Amino acid sequence: MYELQDVSKCYGAKQALHPLSLSLPTGRTTVLLGPSGCGKSTLLRLLNGLLPCDTGRVLFDGKPLPTGGDALLAVRHRVGYALQGGGLFPHLTGEENVTLMASHLRWSTAKTRERLEALVELTRFPTDALARYPSQLSGGQRQRVALMRALMLDPDVLLLDEPLGALDPLVRHELQGDLRAIFARLRKTVVLVTHDLAEAGFLGDRILLMREGRVVQQGRLADLEARPADDFVTRFIQAQRPLPGGGLGGAA
Amino acid sequence: MRVGLLVLLLVGACGGASSAGDGVPQVRVGSKKFTESVILGEAAAQLARSTGARVTHRRELGGTAVLWEALRRGELDVYPEYTGTLRQELLSGRHLPDDAALRAALAESGLRMSEPLGFNNTYALGMKEAEAERLGIRRISDLRAHPSLRLGFSNEFMDRADGWPALRDSYRLPQRDVRGLDHDLAYRGMESGSLQLTDLYSTDAEIEAYGLRVLEDDLRHFPAYDAVLLYRDDLEARAPEALAAMLRLEGRVSEEDMVKLNARARLERVSEGRVASGFLATALGVASEVRGDGLAARVWKRTREHLFLVGVSLLAAMALAVPLGVLAARRPRLGRGVLGLTGVIQTVPSLALLVVMIPLLGIGSRPAIAALFLYSLLPIVRNTAAGLAGIPPEVRESAEALGLPALARLWRIELPMAAPSILAGIQTAAVINVGTATLGALVGAGGYGQPILTGIRLDDVRLILEGAVPAAALALLASGLFDAVERVVVPRGLRLGTVARSTR
Repeated sequence: MYELQDVSKCYGAKQALHPLSLSLPTGRTTVLLGPSGCGKSTLLRLLNGLLPCDTGRVLFDGKPLPTGGDALLAVRHRVGYALQGGGLFPHLTGEENVTLMASHLRWSTAKTRERLEALVELTRFPTDALARYPSQLSGGQRQRVALMRALMLDPDVLLLDEPLGALDPLVRHELQGDLRAIFARLRKTVVLVTHDLAEAGFLGDRILLMREGRVVQQGRLADLEARPADDFVTRFIQAQRPLPGGGLGGAA
Repeated sequence: MRVGLLVLLLVGACGGASSAGDGVPQVRVGSKKFTESVILGEAAAQLARSTGARVTHRRELGGTAVLWEALRRGELDVYPEYTGTLRQELLSGRHLPDDAALRAALAESGLRMSEPLGFNNTYALGMKEAEAERLGIRRISDLRAHPSLRLGFSNEFMDRADGWPALRDSYRLPQRDVRGLDHDLAYRGMESGSLQLTDLYSTDAEIEAYGLRVLEDDLRHFPAYDAVLLYRDDLEARAPEALAAMLRLEGRVSEEDMVKLNARARLERVSEGRVASGFLATALGVASEVRGDGLAARVWKRTREHLFLVGVSLLAAMALAVPLGVLAARRPRLGRGVLGLTGVIQTVPSLALLVVMIPLLGIGSRPAIAALFLYSLLPIVRNTAAGLAGIPPEVRESAEALGLPALARLWRIELPMAAPSILAGIQTAAVINVGTATLGALVGAGGYGQPILTGIRLDDVRLILEGAVPAAALALLASGLFDAVERVVVPRGLRLGTVARSTR
């Protein structure tokens, strides 16, 4: 779905992303993993043109990503995006947040309602909470609204930036389970950013471990654990070991 | 948007101007903002009206320059003026040895001057009689011996070429403690002792009332200020009878008459209309009718005028300032320029701004609306820009990532989210506007400023309150109206948000 060729990005003097080439396969979930400031969110924002790349190019569906105009808007309609905290519009209800683009594109009421019902069912969102404003929703509900909003136009790609970042552990655990089920059901190309190794292993088909603007290693979680490419990978994995005393670990 | 339309309709209804087209000659009389000028203006207006002409009298316009400009632009037909003012101030660059030369100079501007009305209202200096006696001051040159005297002069006298600077130079006066203030306040300063010397007009009613000694102008510094009617030369063709009637005042008003008329108006609180009417009846045998509106009718008329000024200027400011605010938020460098410029406008004194507008827009509501419009820009621009800048980056990014075009983002996301801030800006502008609009009376725009102006001139608190109380009430009402509008316009989700956050 995506092909990146020598893509790099600077903020002033800081090289946020060193020249990078990689491809993101259709229908798979790729996790961008790494500590804060490693360039994973920057990479994600290059994929829907929120940031332009300094060098190289991003191919989306075989064609260079447009840099602006209606062509870029059209790409964004095919690329759902949700970020930490949801980024919901506080002046719109949950439902209005989800259906904003549909109403902008003048979908029929019937089509909009049908799609909304499907999403409510998919994300297990309580129907009666649709009329609430973001400030009246819980953190988990906000995240589900953000996910529905990203999926409203039935995009080919779903970009998620730390979608579970600000949630308490129980809600986070529940949503991780739901997300995995949703990814499996939709078979969309998903790119998810996280700094949580367990979450990456649980949700991702493939992990790109990043550090200081470079991809250090890519593969399955098992590959990273069995054959760490360097000392950093080992330390990153160790730093996220389960609880001392042989706790349960796992997805939570 | 429906609210905007409603306001527009309301404003339109309030400002509906009447127009003449039925062949009845129209005469527009003006007067300066001191009692004598208003009385003479009333007398001229009543004489013109007695011939059947349709007469309007724009009373109490804010200064000589305002009337002069309005007459030259053809927004007034006639107003009472003084030959000294014409020579020393309005045509000060020219050498005009006699009245014939003065007439010739006026004719170049399409203006004419009547024969003198009969009295010379020149500048003079006055002190409390007892104080002058104690210090032994009789003549202006005696002032040289008293350098520490506290002097207070009318602002016009301070500034004009033949005023204080020239007087000080020709008499070589040493006083440094000199304040400029409103002429009417100067008398009160003399009474309370905070001032010892002020400028007077030789026909002032207060000379006797306050027991003042007029100092002899022993060097003959002050020129003659013969009262005349100044009028446009096309008036003779347009309204010959009205003009002839007004010119009956020539040579008929003595200095003694004028002091009495001033005293009736200023000290006995008789309206200028009645004072003029009484004079016309006794001196010229002309019976004239003086209309006086009741309090409710006066307040209602001024409310309409005031709402018109505030409504039109505020709507126009909103139409420009909100887009400017959006621009300022989008382009920060340009935004700083826009905010700087509107900030500079805010620092221009309102009276100066009004007077600057007159050569461009004439007198009446137009210059007042233009000035109020300019003053309203800053709060709205600043609050619009601040409201947009306050939108959290993740919300902004979400809107962009959804694939909403820039205009739709502005309309559906950014402006609704900035609405509370924008409304607060408009509210501030409206409240300031209601207060500032009272100055519109100085350029003939009417409104609540008219009774305030008259009240200050006549030292009449009741009249001042007649303007000040409704103005304050209107300001409160405007503020309350915007609170109500906020409940309608600001999305519910935002109001919930603030409640939720503050209770957390």
